[in-house]
Amino acid sequence: MTAVTTTPAPTDRGPVIRARKAGFVTDTVSVAGRALRGIPREPETILPALFIPLFFFVVNVGALQDFSERGIADFDYKAFQLPVAIIFAVTGISRASTLVTDIQGGYFDRLLMTPVRRLSLLLGLMVADFALVCALCVPVLGLGFALGVRFETGVIGVVAFIGLAGLWGLVFTGFPYAIALKTGNPGAVASSFILFFPFAFLTTSTLPREALTGWLDTVAGYNPVTYLLEGLRALVTEGWAWGSLGKALLAVAIVGTLSMSMCFAALRGRLKRG
Amino acid sequence: MPAPSRSEAAIQATGLVRRFGDFTAVDGVDLDIQPGEIYGFLGPNGAGKSTMVRVLCTLISPDGGSATVAGFDVATEPDQVRLRIGVALQDAALDEKQTGIELLRLQGRLYGLSKAEVASRLEDLEQLVDIGDALGRPIGTYSGGMKRRLDLAAALVHNPDVLFLDEPTTGLDPVSRLKVWEEVHSLNDQLGMTIFLTTQYLEEADELADRVGIIAAGKLVAEGTPEELKRSIGEDVIIARIEGDADAARAAVADLDGVSSTDLHGDELTIASATGAALISPVAVALSNQGVRVKELTLRTPTLDDVFLELTGNRIGVGDESEEDDQ
Repeated sequence: MTAVTTTPAPTDRGPVIRARKAGFVTDTVSVAGRALRGIPREPETILPALFIPLFFFVVNVGALQDFSERGIADFDYKAFQLPVAIIFAVTGISRASTLVTDIQGGYFDRLLMTPVRRLSLLLGLMVADFALVCALCVPVLGLGFALGVRFETGVIGVVAFIGLAGLWGLVFTGFPYAIALKTGNPGAVASSFILFFPFAFLTTSTLPREALTGWLDTVAGYNPVTYLLEGLRALVTEGWAWGSLGKALLAVAIVGTLSMSMCFAALRGRLKRG
Repeated sequence: MPAPSRSEAAIQATGLVRRFGDFTAVDGVDLDIQPGEIYGFLGPNGAGKSTMVRVLCTLISPDGGSATVAGFDVATEPDQVRLRIGVALQDAALDEKQTGIELLRLQGRLYGLSKAEVASRLEDLEQLVDIGDALGRPIGTYSGGMKRRLDLAAALVHNPDVLFLDEPTTGLDPVSRLKVWEEVHSLNDQLGMTIFLTTQYLEEADELADRVGIIAAGKLVAEGTPEELKRSIGEDVIIARIEGDADAARAAVADLDGVSSTDLHGDELTIASATGAALISPVAVALSNQGVRVKELTLRTPTLDDVFLELTGNRIGVGDESEEDDQ
């Protein structure tokens, strides 16, 4: 067979271009960029995340506003429900299913054979997740504003509200990523959505804490979302209530420590297994 | 990037072992591949080829022995190895949601190339990718051949010293296969790139490789140039497809003058000889006298498949569903 000349010798074009380590920030930004580009190409994963919080917000307010506000003086049920809708919007949103596709299709191996920092492979996805969950907050907040909800903390409070909710969404992604890296199984990742239910419903999602009784009150006391909702609600209805905000941040930190520990342990395990 | 300093060899392995539970996929393999060499790693499905590649490419760690690639240890200096290798794995490892150009740009960025350098390399690789405007389309819309070419381009975007090609033509049509062969020759001739190629296709190893290593059950059973390997079992091979008592048939021809060795594989009796043409008639007569019916009698020069048969007692089977290496 005659050899053909299809690849020009780099020496014809000046100095040979050689690989080098890109740096942690470049690695993370490159991985995040790819993840962000992928989001609009998979609307099927985003539309439910947008529909569910809007649906629950409208239904809960429509069904329970009169009943709730009758029982508690000066109680604004719409403002009470807005953080719940936000939690519904940001909890469980991740690129874990894409990660599983990468693992199964071999693209994750291709990335691992580059000098990219292993941490950036995960952090890049999480940066994209954070951007997405913050973006998902916007239409929900828009609906809240349209229904008359106003923030006691003003514009900065709105930004803090989105940031706190986004932080919660970010730390929660550790669970599906841990499952994705541990199993490489899309079914297992999809089932991680089940985690959402105890976090989102065994708490003050429909009634204030003082209205909860018995076992639900006990469980809500251990549920970090209870304190997250308290912090978010404070931003809407009370102002800069630092005690509530501190507890909310502590709850996020505790869940984050657990989820990220699991997630990065799963990453180490996958890298070791190869 | 500093030139390899500690080892002259492009790839060197000493007693390399990799296990998956109780299964030993790579069992004490030694390799010494020089810069600029095309090395063909030949073996059937499940022989350990892909596992060997995954160890050398730092995807998995060895359980025993040691290996260096471009002078750096795969276990203790994986980052240095990664900077110097390009890899196209068995199945084109691509993200089907990205466009071809996005994938190549990302690949370049992860290898630390600036935007200008990436653009320059994409220009260099344009002819190799050879998919025209499709580069701007999602990879999911590409044909198998286009994906393979893009995969190869992604492996080359950073000008690696050592290129690993894991069964690069499996599943390709003959025209696409020929194109890949031409490109492998071209990369080696023009850039002096060391190429480690695994394959289950004998003609591919024969066509491309300067040297061939034959792996069976995780062990390297033979190594040499294709010609050396073929000569090792004699100059001619007579293949007799027979019906009847195969053991008796083998015994009948084994004692004939000029027979170097015999092998029996199913209904196929292989007779190696330095003087095949002169031996055809005596073989036919001996088999006939033994009451064995000869369905087909062929004289040819040895192939790498004959070498494999001689060494392992089996022929290389092509077309099994999957490679069991990577469990």
